[in-house]
Amino acid sequence: MKFILKSFSILIVFALTWSLSSCGGNMGEKKADNSGSALGKSTAERVFVAPGQHDEFYGFISGGFSGQLAVYGLPSGRLFKVIPVFSQDGEKAYGYNEETKPMLQTSHGFVPWDDSHHPDISQTNGELDGRWVFINANNTPRIARVSLKSFETEEIIEIPNSAGNHSSAFVTENTEYVVAGTRFGVPIPQRDMSIEDYKGNFKAALSFVKVDPKTGHMNIAFQVLMPGFDYDLTHPGRGKSHGWMFFSTYNTEEANSLLEVNASQNDKDFIAAINWKKAEEFIKQGKGKMMPAKYAHNVYDEATMKATSTMENQVMTLDASKLPGLVYFLPTPKSPHGCDVDPTGEYIVGSGKLAAALTVHSFTKMLKAIEDKAFDGEAYGIPILKFEAVNAGTVVQPGLGPLHTEFDGKGNAYTTFFISSEVVKWKLGTWEVIDRKPTYYSVGHLMIPGGNSRKPYGKYLVAMNKITKDRYLPTGPEVCQSAQLYDITGEKMEMLLDFPTVGEPHYAAGCPASLLEDKSQKIYKLEDNQHKYATKSEKEAKVVREGKNVHIYMTMIRSHFAPDNIEGVKVGDKVFFHVTNLEQDYDVPHGISMIGANTSELLIMPGQTETFVWEPKEVGVWPFYCTDFCSALHQEMQGYVRVSPAGSSTPLKWGLDGEWHN
Amino acid sequence: MKKLSLFALAVLTVVFMGCGGGTSQSAGNDSGSKAASKKEESGVIKGQAYVQDGVSEKNALQVAASLDDFSTLAKAVMAAGVENALANNGPLTVFAPTNAAFEKLPAGTVETLLKPENKQKLAFILVNHVAPSNYPIETLEKNIKKGRKLFMASGEYLPVEKKDGKIYVGGTPILKSVKVSNGWIHVIGDVLVPKSK
Repeated sequence: MKFILKSFSILIVFALTWSLSSCGGNMGEKKADNSGSALGKSTAERVFVAPGQHDEFYGFISGGFSGQLAVYGLPSGRLFKVIPVFSQDGEKAYGYNEETKPMLQTSHGFVPWDDSHHPDISQTNGELDGRWVFINANNTPRIARVSLKSFETEEIIEIPNSAGNHSSAFVTENTEYVVAGTRFGVPIPQRDMSIEDYKGNFKAALSFVKVDPKTGHMNIAFQVLMPGFDYDLTHPGRGKSHGWMFFSTYNTEEANSLLEVNASQNDKDFIAAINWKKAEEFIKQGKGKMMPAKYAHNVYDEATMKATSTMENQVMTLDASKLPGLVYFLPTPKSPHGCDVDPTGEYIVGSGKLAAALTVHSFTKMLKAIEDKAFDGEAYGIPILKFEAVNAGTVVQPGLGPLHTEFDGKGNAYTTFFISSEVVKWKLGTWEVIDRKPTYYSVGHLMIPGGNSRKPYGKYLVAMNKITKDRYLPTGPEVCQSAQLYDITGEKMEMLLDFPTVGEPHYAAGCPASLLEDKSQKIYKLEDNQHKYATKSEKEAKVVREGKNVHIYMTMIRSHFAPDNIEGVKVGDKVFFHVTNLEQDYDVPHGISMIGANTSELLIMPGQTETFVWEPKEVGVWPFYCTDFCSALHQEMQGYVRVSPAGSSTPLKWGLDGEWHN
Repeated sequence: MKKLSLFALAVLTVVFMGCGGGTSQSAGNDSGSKAASKKEESGVIKGQAYVQDGVSEKNALQVAASLDDFSTLAKAVMAAGVENALANNGPLTVFAPTNAAFEKLPAGTVETLLKPENKQKLAFILVNHVAPSNYPIETLEKNIKKGRKLFMASGEYLPVEKKDGKIYVGGTPILKSVKVSNGWIHVIGDVLVPKSK
């Protein structure tokens, strides 16, 4: 123990020395501040949630390249669920069963994977309302809406005229819009042209997706067509700046190759301030232009338990170069990444990835600069505001590689630094650095529950790390990424816990557990089941042949299927298992899988119906069974399908406990 | 059948109170956490029997405990400490003796069985009323036709017969049947005292 302690302090000293020497800061502490809170609890006690007790916060941590969204408890770091969003999930049959396959349809066909980045919880009056969490797909541009009642993906809309939907899926303060922005400039509309003709010819679309306040259903209200820069991150104005949306840009050089060099030439790139209320006016005045566009809109209906995919064919656009007053550029040093707005809506923090300082703009000054026409030229017809006219202040030499900032609602900001692997706390208005703590290692985003709203819950901060190297037991060349939890209630931050995450913990959203836990869906009422192939009692179970298609209307209840013996299926048939879970009891799902089925199991919640397809290729008697350990007689929950040769005359019949029907 | 479903409905609408209830209210815990299950004063979490969710069909324990006619059974279940078994996922079939059934026993029997020192004996008698499987009336009828035995959680087999249109288990007729979330309750008018005790 002594040895471990000693090595730990050596490590700390080393880490601090390194951070001091690498960033030139002067706020390093001589020893780790782990003396405990005012309550005198040990670090372990402060993250320990006793067996049977619930966490205080939900954390929704994106899976990055896993395409999913993981649900954790905070402060314990316990993983509760991985919600499949943009990637197929054999465990839940998402993207495998007939009901959810349409969710992954796009204009490019079925896309079974994506890169999920930025979850954001819906808001009302600038505060988290806990209805939905939105998340973007980075690769094939899409936005998903996940219900915070069922914790399932209910809707996915594809974003046309875009490539690399990175600056997404952030919501305005009444969830009027969820936004998307293209990372890549592309030809709009897409066409066959030389890549070298990028500059001045490629464009970028920033999309405003309207959210129906009742149903949450999304539709693209309009796209603002912008110069072909790379658009990185975004945040909405709030309070006084409600009605504006701020997007960071890089590659204002419009380079099309070796961007690591060619997109780092300009001293300043921009934060684009978009007046979306003005955009609404322009559309009312008929100044928008409807253009052809092909994009999928996929909606899961809870009553029919079926997703439908609709291909849309047009989108409203507004040309930023031709509509004065719609967009202004705020010069921001060195390829800004994070673009974060404080809880009051006054400050817009730009984190120049390559900058030596953090740049903070003032919304009030921005309005004045617009009024005074304090312009420093224009880019493609869009006014560039004078840096001095909009700049509120600068956090000098805070660290290396600033990325993202969140807020505690008490006048403090917290920024992550990728290169120097640390979180830095600083004060809004005075711009002084208050504290810095190392992360292990190379932190990307950070999250304070509600940290992107008017009302942050400034108790915990979660830093999400890209690199873990020696932090956990090794698992071959691929090791996990991680999240680290800090207590931010004191003057100094205290690291309490780190825990491994699913995929890449790109960004997260968090909220108090009390906002969600009481309304969490428990079962689905069988009487409300409107699935086309639902079977609501064992008496209604049947098998119907329609040419080569065989539809099995099956039920499941502890601890048997009805029917569980089926004969008369033939090689070459397409067999649809439509299976209804008759249970009306919380936490009693049943599963089903069929030998040789070229798809996943089904995992069916009480009261729900799902369908999988099996195409038997060989003659024989083939078993199926329940895959979820449902009951004491789970292992007895099994059945057989007899498969006869194609063209045989075996009659179709089905039975349970020796009673056959046909 | 109509009678049965009305009965079931009545049973299901009765709020579960019999066993001291659950404590899923967001009690003011300073950490903001909340207890998921009932805790004894010692802080020991008691288990599934105390989980309430407000939407599920009632399980065998909840149904039995909600009816006046089964107050002795409910008391006995608690005294024997087998409540979690009746609230478990099952599937199970409970042959539930009414209060009157217990009254048929020799005077003082119930009082004696309820004493802490007889906990194990009481538990054995109670699990002799539980079949660890799903037996609606139709399946019991089939058992008779096919000569299938009724295996009880006590390890004993109960005879199942049909007389005058009624199903008898262990020599006593089934009076009513109630579907519960984790199986079935069949109401009987006698206590099924195990042979081997």
